[in-house]
Amino acid sequence: MIELRNVAYSYGGAELFSDLSLSLTPGSFHFLTGPSGAGKTTLLKLCYGELTATSGDVLLFGEDKRQMTRDGVAMARRRIGVVHQDCQFLDHLPVAENIALPMTAAGRQSEVGDDLNDLMAWVGLTNQAAQLPPQLSGGERQRAALARAVITSPDVIIADEPTGNVDWEMSQRLLTLLVELNKMGKAVLIATHDLNLIRAAKAQVQARVLRLRNRKLQAAGADL
Amino acid sequence: MIGALRRGLSLLAGDSQADRAVPPTGFTANLTVFTAGAMAFLAVFALALSLAAGRLADRWGEELARTSTLRISAPAEQMAAQTAAAIRLLETTPGVAAARALTADEQRDLLEPWFGPGLPIESLPVPQLIEIIEVDDGFDPTGLRARLQAEVPGAVLDDHTRWREPLIEAAGRLRFLGGVCIVLIALATAAMISLAAQAALSANAQVIRVLRLVGARDAYIARAFVRRFTLRALTGAAVGTVAGMVAILLLPRADVAGGFLTGLGFQGWAWLLPFVIPPLAAVVAFAATRSAALRCLKEQS
Ligand SMILES: Nc1ncnc2c1ncn2[C@@H]1O[C@H](COP(=O)(O)OP(=O)(O)OP(=O)(O)O)[C@@H](O)[C@H]1O
Ligand SMILES: [Mg+2]
Repeated sequence: MIELRNVAYSYGGAELFSDLSLSLTPGSFHFLTGPSGAGKTTLLKLCYGELTATSGDVLLFGEDKRQMTRDGVAMARRRIGVVHQDCQFLDHLPVAENIALPMTAAGRQSEVGDDLNDLMAWVGLTNQAAQLPPQLSGGERQRAALARAVITSPDVIIADEPTGNVDWEMSQRLLTLLVELNKMGKAVLIATHDLNLIRAAKAQVQARVLRLRNRKLQAAGADL
Repeated sequence: MIGALRRGLSLLAGDSQADRAVPPTGFTANLTVFTAGAMAFLAVFALALSLAAGRLADRWGEELARTSTLRISAPAEQMAAQTAAAIRLLETTPGVAAARALTADEQRDLLEPWFGPGLPIESLPVPQLIEIIEVDDGFDPTGLRARLQAEVPGAVLDDHTRWREPLIEAAGRLRFLGGVCIVLIALATAAMISLAAQAALSANAQVIRVLRLVGARDAYIARAFVRRFTLRALTGAAVGTVAGMVAILLLPRADVAGGFLTGLGFQGWAWLLPFVIPPLAAVVAFAATRSAALRCLKEQS
């Protein structure tokens, strides 16, 4: 559904990575690891079309990102749920409305209903529904971000450090949610430093672990 | 047309969700309402000016176009003879429908505003006036003057065009300027609202970024801004229009003097015209905000 072919990216200076290929197919589960500053977040941004590759092709649901209109990118993003490393909420709207935002932006607010409550209960935010995002703790923000990423039941879920600030037990809950969605055929891509999370996931699903390092994307060692 | 109207109405009824996505901004909102109000107030006056000038031009043009006056100044003993000669001459002039000497009473009435009632007009060397009614095309004043000079030496022809033409031209120009004012007011409003909308868009750059990230289309994001500015312009313009109309209604009425200023107002159905101003302001705001929003959105990401 999302395919990167021989992609390179640079923010103007030296290339962060080059000749990088990656394919997110239905039901696939990928972890992305690598040292801080290696370009994990950048790679994810290429996957949901926030950045455009400096060379190589990025295909979003079969369409070349470079040929897509702004509306086309918007429509593709509705099929991709994203947990951003810095969360990205609308600070003036309550948490519940922030989580429902992808639905309202797609004109589907009438479909929200009970799913929202179930989802908020699952990520443990029922009591925070009416609070504003700046009032949440770091972990609560990440849980809200994950809830928002999956509310539309998107085809692809991309998460950047989704468990960086939550305790082990909660990270297991969040992982379960992602694994369940993956079993329904969604493609999942998670960037993380959390090796325990990767091990826990590998016990439940067929997950591929990729390491971004020295400008290259490689399969991680067998220890993971 | 119906579709456009329905879309316009549904826009005003609004998508409250899209609206909530953008935080309210008190200051630019108040500025927009104020500007729209002030502009609408001015537009009412420009409209009134334009209409009044138009009426004036039409009235002068029509009433005066088909009449002129012949003035005969002669010693008392020749007056009757010269008057009779002038009327004979006029009756054979092509383009003259009728010619008639004013009676002493009529002449007294004309002079009364200046000399007061009871003027002994018969004992004064007052010129005799002859009223000439022209056919539609009128006569040739130069030819008539030449003939009069030969046959009625004391006659002076006043065909009104001498002073009428610049007046009608001025009135016509005034009407045109009124129209120009309205167009300028509309353009200034559009420019102002574009600036306000642009300020609101840059102030909300982060909000727009988040909306884009969750898959909102430009049209959806633009709608929140467009709806807001359209409603503000509509509200402000409605208040400004009513204020302008009240101000015109309260202008002192001095029909006796019958001057131009007292003619500054609306007559009959023309009272409905100012009600076009608020919807017009809303349309201007809609177009200005929409184009500003779509342009800004393209530049922002
Ligand atoms: N907008 C930007 N402009 C210029 N350079 C940038 C920009 N964003 C990131 N970079 C640089 O690109 C490099 C990779 O950044 P990126 O955020 O992709 O790393 P990361 O692998 O996600 O790191 P972390 O694990 O700390 O999140 C960093 O050196 C960073 O300084
Ligand atoms: Mg990162």
